[in-house]
Amino acid sequence: MSGEHGELPVAARVRRLEERLIAAGLATDAELDDILERVFTSASPVNGARMVARAWKDPDYRDRLLADGNAAAAELGFGAGAQGYLLKAVQNTPAVHNMIVCTLCSCYPTALLGPSPSWYKSFAYRSRAVREPRAVLTEFGVELPDTTEIRVWDANSETRYLVLPLRAADADEMNESELASLVTRNGLIGTATR
Amino acid sequence: MSRFAAGARVRARPADPDGHTRLPRYARGHTGEVIDVRATWQLPDEAVRGVFRAEPVYAVRFTAAELWGSGSHSVILDLWESYLEEAQ
Repeated sequence: MSGEHGELPVAARVRRLEERLIAAGLATDAELDDILERVFTSASPVNGARMVARAWKDPDYRDRLLADGNAAAAELGFGAGAQGYLLKAVQNTPAVHNMIVCTLCSCYPTALLGPSPSWYKSFAYRSRAVREPRAVLTEFGVELPDTTEIRVWDANSETRYLVLPLRAADADEMNESELASLVTRNGLIGTATR
Repeated sequence: MSRFAAGARVRARPADPDGHTRLPRYARGHTGEVIDVRATWQLPDEAVRGVFRAEPVYAVRFTAAELWGSGSHSVILDLWESYLEEAQ
């Protein structure tokens, strides 16, 4: 991280906010450090990709993932990061394509998808995803048949979504880590096919 | 107890509240279908004022045609019970 970061106005605002939260007894220094450490050391789209690869390989895991996302994340060791929200996996099929957005801010399951890309936080994506998702997908290079239904999941509450992309056609020949390497962060958001 | 079950037709309240809310403006006054009862969570509109009251939250599916007058997609929002009324 840049040494000049501390001089940015936003850094000063964050510091003041942290001090107020600690003074009010709403958080401790240790809790804040713990959260930051988790974000910087373990939050990654590799985690979500591993869950997708397992679901592609193991239909029983896929069923558990669709039934209880939090438990399925914990099964692969991502329990600690995926706390504090209800995790819902939404499954793409030839008939249905899912994509996620947070129109109110920029929520998504950071532990499993990594820090969110800047476009995910942009007003353009947040307003257009719910209004004209097909046009947005085209700009991301995703062309879906006219018959495919698009479902947009707005994470305005305590639910966080993860898209389960369509199973790779050659999934039978590949092992789990090879499959995981096919899955991108955009695939987990639904702005790529995988 | 939750007031609505999956399949219920509900309308998001049209009023523009005074303070914080997690009911996005684009859904206000529109009718959708409950697809899931998510959980019971604190109502953020009151929690910001220090009043902690939990109530059921519903996943509600709106068609693009209902929200925007055109389009074939759907949008799913989680809405607290206070945000909803029974659709006519």
